[in-house]
Amino acid sequence: MRWFWIDRFIEFESGRSAKAIKNISLAEDHLHDHFPNYPVMPNSLIIEGLAQTGGLLVCEHGQFAKKVVLAKVPKACFHFDAIPGDTLIYTTTVEYIKEDGARVNATSYKGDTLQAEVEIMFAHLNDPRLGSLFDPETFLGMMCLLRAFEVGRAADGGPLVPPPQLLQAAGLEGLDGWDGGNE
Amino acid sequence: MPTKDEIFEKIQSALVDALGVEDEDVTPEATLVGDLGAESIDFLDIVFRLEKGFDIKIPRGELFPEDILTDAKYVQDGKVTEAGLAELRERMPFADLGNFAENPSVQDFGNMLTVSDMCRFVESKVEVTE
Repeated sequence: MRWFWIDRFIEFESGRSAKAIKNISLAEDHLHDHFPNYPVMPNSLIIEGLAQTGGLLVCEHGQFAKKVVLAKVPKACFHFDAIPGDTLIYTTTVEYIKEDGARVNATSYKGDTLQAEVEIMFAHLNDPRLGSLFDPETFLGMMCLLRAFEVGRAADGGPLVPPPQLLQAAGLEGLDGWDGGNE
Repeated sequence: MPTKDEIFEKIQSALVDALGVEDEDVTPEATLVGDLGAESIDFLDIVFRLEKGFDIKIPRGELFPEDILTDAKYVQDGKVTEAGLAELRERMPFADLGNFAENPSVQDFGNMLTVSDMCRFVESKVEVTE
């Protein structure tokens, strides 16, 4: 299992909001334990998907310089179960981004129907001992795989581009979907 | 311009949302850490809710001066020194440090702050209607 709980960004407005898709598939192993013969997407993993959507938004706002981690979920409300075959649209909107942390308001929709509403708080870790635990390249790599730079808009409205020095450090040059927005 | 009662109600509401406690748990004497179960991440949440609720700015360290508690000048053997206590009194005029001063263990500092202290803090930053 790879720890991706969203499949693709469909909108990414730097520092403001992001929207991502989560497709729920019977091919996902955990659904056969949750529950046997009655597969239901665990709400905790919906929260993780919303946290990835919002966390990458917060992380990109800081140019991937800060270590952003999920810290607190003040509120989570689920209106119905999500099941295999569903496509969930996760939307996260920045409430605030500060020196020590950030908060986003998040929703999950199935079509036009609200499936979940969640508040998510992130902390910015600055303990130097965590240097090797989180590389900025990790988050940048996720953004590329999730096609964020194909749909992303920077704060000035122009195309969102990854920081060049980070791309080089991550060895991601040449990866489709980010080539400085020159496609 | 809010009254003192309105300030208390807004703080009560912020603490209920941030800490998941009930209205009746948030009494003036309740301590944030001991009685209401606040943890370090909750302080960031509480500060933001106060800033938004009262349209004020709370610079880092103004409500919870963690920089004093981690400064070797002011802490020795896990206890805040006299100089540290003086610094705390100056930085936190809204807080009642009497009990803490009797046994100023850094570990206990977090449990000192009460809802009343927070009300006094906000009253010092907004214009209060009597």
